[in-house]
Amino acid sequence: MTTALSPRQRLALSGLGLIVFFGGWEAAVRTGLLPSGMVPAPSSLWQAWLDEVHGGFWQQAILDSLSHYALGLLFGSVLGALTGLLCGMVPVLDAFLAGIVHLLRPVPGLAWVPFAILWFGLNTSGATFVIAISVFWINFYAAYAAVRSVDPELYELASAFGHGSFLGRLFKVVLPASAPGVMAGLRTGLGQGWMSVVAAELFGVPGIGARMMQASSLLATDVVVVYMLTMALLYALTDFLFGFVRVRVLRWQA
Amino acid sequence: MSDAGPLARLEEVGLSHDGGKTFILRHVSLNLHKGEFVALLGPSGVGKSTLLRVLMGLSKPSEGTVVGPTQDGAGTSHGASEGRRRAQALVFQDARLMPWRSVLRNVAFGQEGLGLTRQAKRERALAALRLVGLEDAADRWPRRLSGGQRQRVGVARALTVDPDLLLMDEPFGALDPITRSSLQDELLRIWQQTHKTVLFVTHDIEEALKLATRIVVLSGSPAGITGELELGAGEKEPDSPAFRMYAARLRAMIAGEPDPGGAPYWQSAEI
Repeated sequence: MTTALSPRQRLALSGLGLIVFFGGWEAAVRTGLLPSGMVPAPSSLWQAWLDEVHGGFWQQAILDSLSHYALGLLFGSVLGALTGLLCGMVPVLDAFLAGIVHLLRPVPGLAWVPFAILWFGLNTSGATFVIAISVFWINFYAAYAAVRSVDPELYELASAFGHGSFLGRLFKVVLPASAPGVMAGLRTGLGQGWMSVVAAELFGVPGIGARMMQASSLLATDVVVVYMLTMALLYALTDFLFGFVRVRVLRWQA
Repeated sequence: MSDAGPLARLEEVGLSHDGGKTFILRHVSLNLHKGEFVALLGPSGVGKSTLLRVLMGLSKPSEGTVVGPTQDGAGTSHGASEGRRRAQALVFQDARLMPWRSVLRNVAFGQEGLGLTRQAKRERALAALRLVGLEDAADRWPRRLSGGQRQRVGVARALTVDPDLLLMDEPFGALDPITRSSLQDELLRIWQQTHKTVLFVTHDIEEALKLATRIVVLSGSPAGITGELELGAGEKEPDSPAFRMYAARLRAMIAGEPDPGGAPYWQSAEI
């Protein structure tokens, strides 16, 4: 069935979905279907959140995580997209790095944690490093694929009008033509970045992830869920804000 | 400027992509004189576009000499010229607009790197758009244009660099007959207005006859020039006896048959 829904209908249905989800959850805990020791009732989250806010933990965790997130995202996105663009444009570099890429690509961000501690310590730099690595690969592949799919006839156009040099092709063709793909990579990276925040803070760098780990070791499931939802909210916010940038940059696609 | 020599010339040009085992083009010599409208006529896939790219400097010939136009007419090299214009500009078969640029910025693309101010570029681009009748579409995206409009933008982009030589690679080949015909008329008007030298690639005999002052036939494998026809202004009326006679001669040249000569076929004994 492929009935087209209006944006308003979609929004309403998605809201309904959330209500059903939380309502069902609450009902399941209250009726004892789910033991409250295992799963906190949604209604108990409000109090848990207020406690976290009153203690100042919530605000501090957000600030700490935001700084890891922003820095990791910045380094990972910029380096990843740049490397991907260069590999896509320079076949020699592409071939040279192909083996290294295949070697390092499957290593999850979490696996870098011991090295992050050794190299940077239990601090912002260490957490930033872990986030940057996971964001790097997403942007690398997105930019690489975007450059490889640039219409080769546009290079001929650039040459015909005096922009056949490497820089001419880069600025007149590659950057604008690959912008949609690069932006898609950035956007995926925004989500991946938040997921990596937890991994990056697992080993004790203060932030949302660290606070979640503390709470879970105390079996304070309501606090864990509060931070899960906090992260979802932050992701939704960053994605929403990025939407504005994207629309501006890709106006020609609309 | 003296009229000492041709604006651009090809001498014994050959092109091979496998180091000389097989040739796409061989022994091609062609002079282009200032103000001419030359049609390069030949069957599809014969190498007309390739020859255009050799002249443009986009592919290097394996043999022979290519001398493109330069600003002072001295004929020293080809490709992009110094100063505020380019010696030659290319109009592509597929228009080839950049989808991320507005119509105006697509037209202005040709002038980038020429050291013009923003304002000057804008004015020249608008003037070129006016010349092709698309001034009102300056702020639109290429996606929103029809095929004919896209080609007009491609022509405007080439004109905006004020080239001595305008190279056109089957620019109207993909258009419907009505649009094609009106763009042909417009091209003739622009040619008369700007006095550009034009080399126009086509596989359409009638198009070549309608537009050109001289038709050069490229045919065979490897492709070479198999015939040439100089046209007077009064001889281009479609369906006139002269027009049909020329068409018959061109068909023979393309097929590599001997030129039936100037005698119109209705004077021959057969009918």
